[in-house]
Amino acid sequence: MSTQKLVISPAPHVHGSNDTRRMMGDVLIALLPALVVSVLAYGWQAFIVTAFSVACCVLTEWFIQKFMLKGPATLGNLSAVVTGVLLAFNLPANIPLGLIAIGAVVAIGIGKMTFGGLGKNPFNPALVGRVFLLIAFPVAMTTFPEAAGAVSGATPLAVAKEALKTGTPVSEVMQNIDLAAMSLGMKSGSLGEISALALLLGFVWLLVRRVISWHIPVVVLGTMALISGIAWVSAPEQYMSPLFHLLSGGAVLGAVFMATDYVTSPMTTKGAVIYAIGIGMITMFVRLWGAYPEGMSFAILIMNSVVPLLDKYIRPKRFGVVKSKK
Amino acid sequence: MKTFPIGGIHPSDNKQYSKGAAIERFPLPKVVVIPLAQHIGAPAVACVAKGDKVLAGQVIGTAGGFVSSNIHSSVSGTVTAVDAKADAQGLMKPCVTIAVEGDEWVEGVDLSDTLIKNINLEAKDIVAKVTEMGIVGMGGATFPTHVKLSVPPGKKAECLIINAVECEPYLTADYRVMLEKGEELLVGARILAKAIGVDKIYIGVENNKPDAIAALKKLAATYVEIEVVPLKMRYPQGGEKQLIAAVTGRQVPSGGLPIDVGAVVQNVGTALAVYEAVMKNKPLVERVVTVTGSTLASPKNLLVRVGTPMSELIEYCGGLEGVGKVVAGGPMMGRAVSNIDAPVTKGTSGVLLIPTAESLRQKPDTCIRCAKCVEACPMGLEPYLLSKMSKKEMYDECESHNIADCIECGCCTFSCPAYLPLLDWLRIGKGEVMKRMRARAAAKK
Repeated sequence: MSTQKLVISPAPHVHGSNDTRRMMGDVLIALLPALVVSVLAYGWQAFIVTAFSVACCVLTEWFIQKFMLKGPATLGNLSAVVTGVLLAFNLPANIPLGLIAIGAVVAIGIGKMTFGGLGKNPFNPALVGRVFLLIAFPVAMTTFPEAAGAVSGATPLAVAKEALKTGTPVSEVMQNIDLAAMSLGMKSGSLGEISALALLLGFVWLLVRRVISWHIPVVVLGTMALISGIAWVSAPEQYMSPLFHLLSGGAVLGAVFMATDYVTSPMTTKGAVIYAIGIGMITMFVRLWGAYPEGMSFAILIMNSVVPLLDKYIRPKRFGVVKSKK
Repeated sequence: MKTFPIGGIHPSDNKQYSKGAAIERFPLPKVVVIPLAQHIGAPAVACVAKGDKVLAGQVIGTAGGFVSSNIHSSVSGTVTAVDAKADAQGLMKPCVTIAVEGDEWVEGVDLSDTLIKNINLEAKDIVAKVTEMGIVGMGGATFPTHVKLSVPPGKKAECLIINAVECEPYLTADYRVMLEKGEELLVGARILAKAIGVDKIYIGVENNKPDAIAALKKLAATYVEIEVVPLKMRYPQGGEKQLIAAVTGRQVPSGGLPIDVGAVVQNVGTALAVYEAVMKNKPLVERVVTVTGSTLASPKNLLVRVGTPMSELIEYCGGLEGVGKVVAGGPMMGRAVSNIDAPVTKGTSGVLLIPTAESLRQKPDTCIRCAKCVEACPMGLEPYLLSKMSKKEMYDECESHNIADCIECGCCTFSCPAYLPLLDWLRIGKGEVMKRMRARAAAKK
């Protein structure tokens, strides 16, 4: 008769290697190439903005959990760090640090903790912070420093929008735009969004590590390409090309890193595809016919609000409900 | 390569510990404790009393109904008790205790290794033999085999599928049987096919066992009706519904049975037991058990008499040093053992020892809605949602979200990055919903 104490628990008795912290860590690794490009383009300022934003987000979360909720702090899951990096990536590199602090408090405090913290927030916290700053401090949020290799301090999207509005034909606008240089990050914009290539490298990492599936990014960008393509084919001198739209603004950053946020995206693949089509459409409608040059943040936030509905009515494909082939 | 259509996971198979160990006959224990309920359904009724002399292979418990099974003595000796003993989970169950004396068998049992291939019995005689010899499903569910072989009126079996998947990590008992008893296995499969009147036999094997696939293919070359089907490794391919879908492409309808799509599934161990029962007149009194784990000095595949205490097997393979948890069966669906002196039964496919460091669950975190559980569920359910509904006792919602379809494979809990005990809640919800469904069905009658 053995007297050794044994653990009793229901099956399964093994667990996969995946946990929240590892997945958040993978997202941070995937964001690294874009951060490197950003430092190359804007200098150490880009790094300082990112580090400061992370610090503010982590501090805000810690303060709320510790002193307002009087519960355990759960910074170990790295989610506040991811929010911090993503918020910074959506800001100009020369933004005053005070505004970053405000953005972080809004992002974490209002965007996340008000709803109960990680997993409960309906809207992407980093985007809540960004859109708050954009509306409250429009000038600071749309004045970009000159990036290395960029032609002007305005973003290509803004330049194109202004020019097309005054009737300048696309061919003339394109004389000042080099798409290849743009994809590498030689353009103006929020600090993390400038290099589509660096962001796509991160996308590959997320796919390899199975953090996200391809559906949302590919469908968002595909929908954008389709809509901008139709516009471009019908009036090539009035609308910029699909490639320009995919490489400019927050298209890739939004599609790969913001729209795929677990908490605020649908639980089923079918739901995710509908959500992604919605984001692509709204983004393009804002870009082509709206008042703002960029619509990615608004599109994601609007579609975030549809997620509960998608989760309620769109159910996964079940086993054993198809008619078997007899 | 074929596999099932939805969900699934890829746990490390960890079969390296015991896959190289040839089946070894475990020495006779001094005392065996044979439970009268080793199967799903009604327990058998003891037909021996304290003081009786019994022979190996002698009936000591007769089936307590149609969905029940005969129980035979696995040893010769003297009955020392017919009473309740603690099972592996510590619950008191009726058992027959026998002090072992020598190894004498009842008359007519052929213990030789001579292969007999010619099947002379008719279908109904095969079923009668299987019933008499107390054969049950040996993959773990222990459903009485004769019930599965009795195709209900109005249904027609079209194929027999031999479940040679052994998708549970660590376990290698079926694998060793395929390598060492391949001929017997194939004859057993042909007997089963004859019993249900089909002339198509599939043997589904996962591609992490290439040598078993090759060996069976070679042996099966002489039988036109047998097809060995290699399957892409993925858990829970050994689930009955998943295996049928992987092999035939047909999905058992929700709430239905395999026979609804013309399939009857039997496990490797069962096919071997059927061969021995029909051809050798030998009742189900011993089975191959994998005793494995990273802490063991010598993991083994042992041929063990039913009723042998698990603790003796563990001792034989290296003992409990560094072990924090003992599991009867595999790590995905096996049950944790609180009483290691409980006996090996017809359904014990393995005894798995888990090191202390891996025994305790991680502290659950909060759901981050990553949808990994939805992705992993092979039945296409939403475990994150069902677990919340079950927790809040929203059983009507659980039912309308098809919790009754859950096969309790554990893919959801395995994949959850927040270490949430999803399946625990699903089991509770499913139990409650099934109870309600049964009550409704009874009220209708």
